[in-house]
Amino acid sequence: MIKTLIDISRIREDFPILKRKVNGNPLIYFDNAATSQTPKQVMDSIVNYYSNYNANIHRGVHALAQEATEAYEGARNKIQHFFNAAKACEIIFTSGTTHSINLVANGFTTFIKKGDEVLVSAMEHHSNIVPWQMLCDRTGAILRVIPMNEEGVLLMDKYQDLLSDNTKLVVCNHVSNALGTINPIEEIIPMAHAVGAAVLVDGAQSSPHIKVDVQKLDVDFYTASAHKLCGPTGVGMLYGKEEWLAKLPPYQGGGEMISEVTFEKTTYADLPYKFEAGTPNICGGIAFGAALDYLNTIGLEAIEEYEHELLTYATDQLTQIEGVKIYGTSKNKTAVISFNIQGIHPYDIGTLIDKMGIAVRTGQHCAQPVMDYYKIPGTIRASFSFYNTREEIDQFIKALRKAKEMLQ
Amino acid sequence: MNIQEIQNEIVDEFSMFDDWMQRYEYMIELGKSLPLIKEQFKTDDNIIKGCQSKVWVHAELEGDNLVFTADSDAIITKGIIAILIRSFSHQKPQDIIDADTAFIDEIGLKEHLSPTRANGLVSMIKQLKLYAVAYQTQLN
Repeated sequence: MIKTLIDISRIREDFPILKRKVNGNPLIYFDNAATSQTPKQVMDSIVNYYSNYNANIHRGVHALAQEATEAYEGARNKIQHFFNAAKACEIIFTSGTTHSINLVANGFTTFIKKGDEVLVSAMEHHSNIVPWQMLCDRTGAILRVIPMNEEGVLLMDKYQDLLSDNTKLVVCNHVSNALGTINPIEEIIPMAHAVGAAVLVDGAQSSPHIKVDVQKLDVDFYTASAHKLCGPTGVGMLYGKEEWLAKLPPYQGGGEMISEVTFEKTTYADLPYKFEAGTPNICGGIAFGAALDYLNTIGLEAIEEYEHELLTYATDQLTQIEGVKIYGTSKNKTAVISFNIQGIHPYDIGTLIDKMGIAVRTGQHCAQPVMDYYKIPGTIRASFSFYNTREEIDQFIKALRKAKEMLQ
Repeated sequence: MNIQEIQNEIVDEFSMFDDWMQRYEYMIELGKSLPLIKEQFKTDDNIIKGCQSKVWVHAELEGDNLVFTADSDAIITKGIIAILIRSFSHQKPQDIIDADTAFIDEIGLKEHLSPTRANGLVSMIKQLKLYAVAYQTQLN
């Protein structure tokens, strides 16, 4: 039996969607790495915002504007504490991790010159490859790749060899969305700093599952998306060390991000507003804060422990099915299993088990280089969350066996 | 038979099944009878974009009629393309251009018409019709 600090049946009550049926079967949602489900506490925060204090923030002197501003800035403080940033002004609201990465990549145009090098890991999401390729195109810098091995583990000696005085940036995900590997960023970061390079860590897949302390990590930039943290889509955050954010030029121009505007010259607002042009996703930001409150009531340590047990159980069950090959077999993984069944296209499996009410992701997971490395068209990816159960895994295994039978 | 008659026949065949599992089993069977594309035409140029699985389609004229061959690396996709080809192959290009594809919905495969499925049924139909347009222009 799984010994757990958390009461799963009570937690599942918080997620109305888990009660619905899909194709006549109870929904089993194993696509959490794409989007997590939303607890009613977060939905309540959205309804409450629009019912009681919907207003534009920061400038209005009326009561609603002040309440909305307080709630929005309060959410920023919650994010600050969740990631243990030193200051609230180091947290920039964005539309999500992709936006956060683009903001930094765009800003670095100022600091990067021809011949400089940007290192990316071999297991990045396209969102953490393309913005850097664009930066290299703009500046003449060179993109280099930190290779990985068959287990989906980065080769740290090769990484060491790649580092040089030319390295200006190292970018890497904390957890791979395609493989679930937890990368050793506590080693990667100081090694980059030793040659004077800055480090951006994509935390989209780690933040829902691992306690992150940006000060302890000494990371320069860290990103997260609310929709993977039980919050709404379209909102996320960029953490940046104050010294970096102060140097970085603004990404977009507009209202909110200015101090003074004349037709001759504009001076920019202080952090964090310099990077927050236009009316932000106010409700989304507030709901992001509510989502972090919710996760805190359960506790990241308890979540991590429970999800690890789900991962172990599912891996054991899955490997009993003949022909299953798991991609990403690092000892350090979050609850993500990427796999194929020999001779069967992942799309066929995904289509059939959807008919049985099971949601998984199939395909390349926006990580084509990872699929190319393994020379496969894609994988089936089951990604678990703290509201998933052992019983759901049993149903999933049953469904896989059924699909396999139909397809062979 | 014209396209409409073939489509009616397919709808009749699928109406015999009570549940999704039988429908899919039948589709997998149909996939096995797909008129396979010759290896020499299995080029990147003949891959239909927008599919999670790879789909190759080739078309050529036999007299006034267009004949399709295809293949896919996924079995269900093979079944889908087999159904489409069965209704479009050995037909006049103009008839293919004018053909309706509502029968897909009627045989209980509506979900495959959704772009979020990324299986490219919509792209497949578009590609088959594009071939028809190209050959029709040639015939004119």
